[in-house]
Amino acid sequence: MEVSSHWRVRQQRYALVGEVCPSCEVKIFPPRDVCPECGDEAKTHFQFSGRGEVYSYTTLFDAPQGHEAQLPYTLALVKLEEGPLVTAQLTDVNGTKLEVGMPVEMVTRKLRSDGDRGMLVYGYKFRPRLQAA
Amino acid sequence: MTNSNFPPSDIYIIGVGMTPAGEHWEKSLRELALEAIIQARQEAGEITPGALYVANMLAPVLSRQSHLGALLADFAGMRGIEAVTLEAAGASGGMALRHAVMAIASGLVQSVLVVGVEKFSERVSAEIEAALSTSGDADFEAIHGVTQTALAAMLMRRYQFEYAVPEGAFAGFSVNAHANGAGNPRAMFQRPIKPETYQRAAMLSEPLNMFDAAPLADGAAALMLASGDAIPADSSYPKIRIAGSSAAVDAVALHDRRDPLYFSAVQDSTAEALSQAGLNRDQISLFELHDRYTIYSALALEAAGFAERGQGWKLGQDGNITRKGSLPITTFGGSKARGDTGGANGVYQAAEAVLQLQGRAGEAQVENARFAMIQALGGTGATAVTHILSGSETP
Amino acid sequence: MMETPQINRMLKPDRGVGIVGYGAYIPRFRLPASEVSRVWRGGSGGVPIEEKAVAGLDEDVITMSVEAARNALARSGIHPGHIRAVWIGSESHPYSVKPSSTIVAEAIGATPHTLAADWEFACKAGTEAFQAAVGFVGSRMADYALAIGMDTAQGRPGDALEYTAGAGGAAFILGPEKQSLVAVEGSYSFATDTPDFWRRADEKYPEHGERFTGEPAYFRHITSAAQTLMESLDAKPSDYQFAVFHQPNTKFPQRVARDLGFSGEQIQAGLLVPRIGNVYAGSALVGLTAILDIANPGDRILLVSYGSGAGSDAMSLRVTEHLTSRREAAPSTESYIARRTEIDYATYARYRGKLTLQ
Repeated sequence: MEVSSHWRVRQQRYALVGEVCPSCEVKIFPPRDVCPECGDEAKTHFQFSGRGEVYSYTTLFDAPQGHEAQLPYTLALVKLEEGPLVTAQLTDVNGTKLEVGMPVEMVTRKLRSDGDRGMLVYGYKFRPRLQAA
Repeated sequence: MTNSNFPPSDIYIIGVGMTPAGEHWEKSLRELALEAIIQARQEAGEITPGALYVANMLAPVLSRQSHLGALLADFAGMRGIEAVTLEAAGASGGMALRHAVMAIASGLVQSVLVVGVEKFSERVSAEIEAALSTSGDADFEAIHGVTQTALAAMLMRRYQFEYAVPEGAFAGFSVNAHANGAGNPRAMFQRPIKPETYQRAAMLSEPLNMFDAAPLADGAAALMLASGDAIPADSSYPKIRIAGSSAAVDAVALHDRRDPLYFSAVQDSTAEALSQAGLNRDQISLFELHDRYTIYSALALEAAGFAERGQGWKLGQDGNITRKGSLPITTFGGSKARGDTGGANGVYQAAEAVLQLQGRAGEAQVENARFAMIQALGGTGATAVTHILSGSETP
Repeated sequence: MMETPQINRMLKPDRGVGIVGYGAYIPRFRLPASEVSRVWRGGSGGVPIEEKAVAGLDEDVITMSVEAARNALARSGIHPGHIRAVWIGSESHPYSVKPSSTIVAEAIGATPHTLAADWEFACKAGTEAFQAAVGFVGSRMADYALAIGMDTAQGRPGDALEYTAGAGGAAFILGPEKQSLVAVEGSYSFATDTPDFWRRADEKYPEHGERFTGEPAYFRHITSAAQTLMESLDAKPSDYQFAVFHQPNTKFPQRVARDLGFSGEQIQAGLLVPRIGNVYAGSALVGLTAILDIANPGDRILLVSYGSGAGSDAMSLRVTEHLTSRREAAPSTESYIARRTEIDYATYARYRGKLTLQ
């Protein structure tokens, strides 16, 4: 049973909270506390907008143990509006024609369940962008 | 990153051993390792290794067995020597070889036994996938249900998107590997395939099909290495010299790479190994690259400088990579046909290259092989370990 | 037994309170009622609604509440750090013990200076949280509180409830009346011990008293609550442009509206049950979001929830001039309803965990 490893990254997971480098203003996700561009310390929190586009994607029919419940599911590399690339599932896409470059937005969904008795793990996924109103 | 004054002394491979790759239901991890060790030690003759380096990726998860150094040294009858496991995901084999080279080069050890072993078949596929996903970023890749195959499929789709390659562009790597596997009695698959077989293959994770991916195989391979002065003067074994050795890493997660379609660790380690060996790319007789997925072959050829970006797939299509081509690759079938033996891959590559350079490759023989480049990759190319081996009659 | 004392029955805080942000969420899958009928009745007989909304494999009350809360935040324009209570009413909290509300609070950035709790009162748990939030803000203990009613409703396979038990709900940020999009004119709650519907601890599906859920339960409580509140406010049905009642099926809210003197037109905008089903604790509240998407400044709205067991919360609301400029900041309720993917009973059975895998 895993508890603290999920708890520790809850803000990143639930809401795409990353970092911004105070020196060169590069936006960082996942957070790593050191700017990958200039090497300076970068611990300032940054809330990403959640908007991005699909860099690449694929659908899985075989899953690692612990992820079978949601098969088949679609994974993507998403290029965030602010720069970073993130790995996440695309959700609400069955029946949708997917393509590289399609605009997506972050939603918080159930990633997996640690068995019947363990924790439910929630985190970011992306879906085709809804039009507001 | 440049290793100055390499090599400080002559370091040689003086014995190799390999088990067949495949599903070894009746053999345990230690039995497989032992089989390869015995072969390599027999080839090496009287020399007793001063250290055992074990290359393995997943035994703690799949076999509930860590501490392989002591375990295998004991069962191989080598109590008293030093022994340790080297782990760098799929690059573990290359990394263990490199550490053997460094140990001998340091002068602290005269000879090292390297054994790569992986035992996948202890578990069912969902457990193996979960184990393999530990080679990525646990918090930001694996938690999303990532598999190695899915990451390769996403790279392949992006490659197709950026370079507008035709359908079936990667078929050449698969066809070549299976053609070569037909000449390898230790290969998991020993039958050639037709291009149509590739085209008809079921999708694993679009656009990546069954023939774009290597099958996982149990297997073990071993090498005996020694410094020149430790080898008896009367040894008749056609010893193989380590002409270059280099390892480099990139970000573990694809999403953290500057450019996911460029294996920069491959570029770094290849350039360094070539420079140590004092060779140009066109002097390389064969290249045992990491072909867990066909897309990786294309990306490795590009980053290693054998093809322009976006052009690596063409080497697979135009016959250049066959055993009679200008740059033979995966000459014993590679991971695709021999079978992907995880942490043992890099050791198999070395043992296979040794057979090529000694003219002992049988049906798989590449003519006039003088310099072999071998390259083990870990994860999605996060670790690259490149070695250049040279036949004994060469400078 | 003592006589009930004469008191001012309407609930009204000292400080004026209103809705400063609202947001809906309805998942995209739809199960036509005809599918339930096909599997359990050979397709014969009438069905109580057209179709119901069904949550996907990666959705539950927590994820749905997060999205509704984000929509409410977007419309409010306030920083989530100002929210001092996150309260979620539901019959489908994913954990028996461990609050949904702390997860939602963390996801929207409202932690750590906040109250957080999950509420249970069958289908009125959401409006109960709403009432409490009105009091919390009205007492000046806090400036903002978030109340959510959300459900992935349960219905035993083959039971009458299976036709209607849907998924969805809404989130509301209550704050000072001056900044509000909708002012709360007053409210009233009516509760008795009436066991018309229940689910025992550790049971998956609820039980109900069939026709007993009607007259002594749903109708008595809603009617009493609505009439008491309107009397206290000296209001009559024709003073309201809109009304929304708990909607377990299409007929009940239509009849209770008629009994109280409301027209079909007044309840039309909020009557979502034919298209999304009975979303339990979110039922009346998501009807309210659909009304707010089209209401005009000055419009008055009467909302009455109903929770089995049993009780009703009645609220009289008045739209302010701020609503029209803020509502475009998040997706409308109709846009969620329009985002529709039809599924068959087999897929529904899988999505709702009705297939035994081990």
